[in-house]
Amino acid sequence: MFPPVLVLAAVAGGTALGAAVLASARWPHRSPGAAILLWQALGLSWGLATVGALAALGAVPGRYGVAGGALSSVSRAVRSAALGFGPPALIAAARLVVLAASATLFALLCWVLVAASAAVLVARRRHRVLLSLLAHGDPKVPGALVVDHPAAAAYCVPGLRSRIVISAGTLDLLDSAELAAVLAHERAHLRARHDLVLLPFCALGRAFPRARLVHQAHATVALLVEMLADDRALRQRPARELATALLRVGTSGASLAPSGTLAAASAADGEMTTRVTRLLAPPARLPLAVQVLVCCAAALLVAVPVTLLLFSF
Amino acid sequence: MDVLWDSTEPLTVRQVGLRLTNRDLAHTTVMTVLDRLAKKGFARRQRDGRAWRYQAAANREAYVTELMLHALDQTGDRSAALASFARRVSDSEAEVLRRALESIGEFAQD
Repeated sequence: MFPPVLVLAAVAGGTALGAAVLASARWPHRSPGAAILLWQALGLSWGLATVGALAALGAVPGRYGVAGGALSSVSRAVRSAALGFGPPALIAAARLVVLAASATLFALLCWVLVAASAAVLVARRRHRVLLSLLAHGDPKVPGALVVDHPAAAAYCVPGLRSRIVISAGTLDLLDSAELAAVLAHERAHLRARHDLVLLPFCALGRAFPRARLVHQAHATVALLVEMLADDRALRQRPARELATALLRVGTSGASLAPSGTLAAASAADGEMTTRVTRLLAPPARLPLAVQVLVCCAAALLVAVPVTLLLFSF
Repeated sequence: MDVLWDSTEPLTVRQVGLRLTNRDLAHTTVMTVLDRLAKKGFARRQRDGRAWRYQAAANREAYVTELMLHALDQTGDRSAALASFARRVSDSEAEVLRRALESIGEFAQD
């Protein structure tokens, strides 16, 4: 049997490699839901495997997997420090250093998730307060708030007290059918809590601002989430309304964008074209068997590191 | 808040209450609301004898701009706070999209 440290390291490397492959794959556009699940599994599995591989390096082999081994490694070191016997000091010290690295990484990952959630909650609260002061309802968009601004914007503020916001510019730009399609799209986001899907990737992006793969993953999942909401909106509205609404809102923004925002725009370059093309010529969904296979792969990705962390073989 | 924005000078609680003619609000209600607006930083207040005079901290346009900047994601980071319907696109992509829109329009007219 392979030692757990090798398996965990292989999983960590494999998930990173898998993410790079998945980011450029075309099939996720056919079944965005399954692909999002796989992305989440990849992210979680990478985190668990990386933390676990470091912990396994510093752990003494035991009955209770890597986590138990790490604990007993620490307790042995404490005992030997207190009583003056145990494994040779150099090995014990090396083990402790690796374990500390593992614990630091784990704490960092947890912390960025908490920090990102907190930042999001604060930003949303501020946004909701401003909306309550500035926005008003409009019979053209039932259930949404209208902000009087000429630029075209349509978005939602997710959360327990969610809001859908349409700018006056969008009201002028779109006809009533297109507005209904926009509302259906935003409602799909809110109902499925797509913001929670994106939050971990957003947090990872903050933790590793230089990692291209992380940003690529974030952008890819963001696009998949939009596709999921598009698909959902299609159940209520015809594809053409949604497509023309997207085109109108998307192209109206370009002329308004000052040059300083080009970086943000280029990061999303091609996304809108992809979405519109997909709406007008929808690709066939993946066969059910393949979708099940993807879900099984996702479950396996998470199950392997968890099992190695908790059990020994 | 609209009353404060529409006024050029700082207003007392009573004056604000008088301008809210369409709603029958108790003096204490207006006072509480203004107090909360001041605490949240949307209104500034200054002592005038025994009463406070309230004034909007920034004009309405400034707040609308803040909302829209946040909404249009001009800060550059793709934060998860809001979910935008359509992303801004580069000029070259906008050109492609505009052509697509035109072709859909023609298709519909046929």
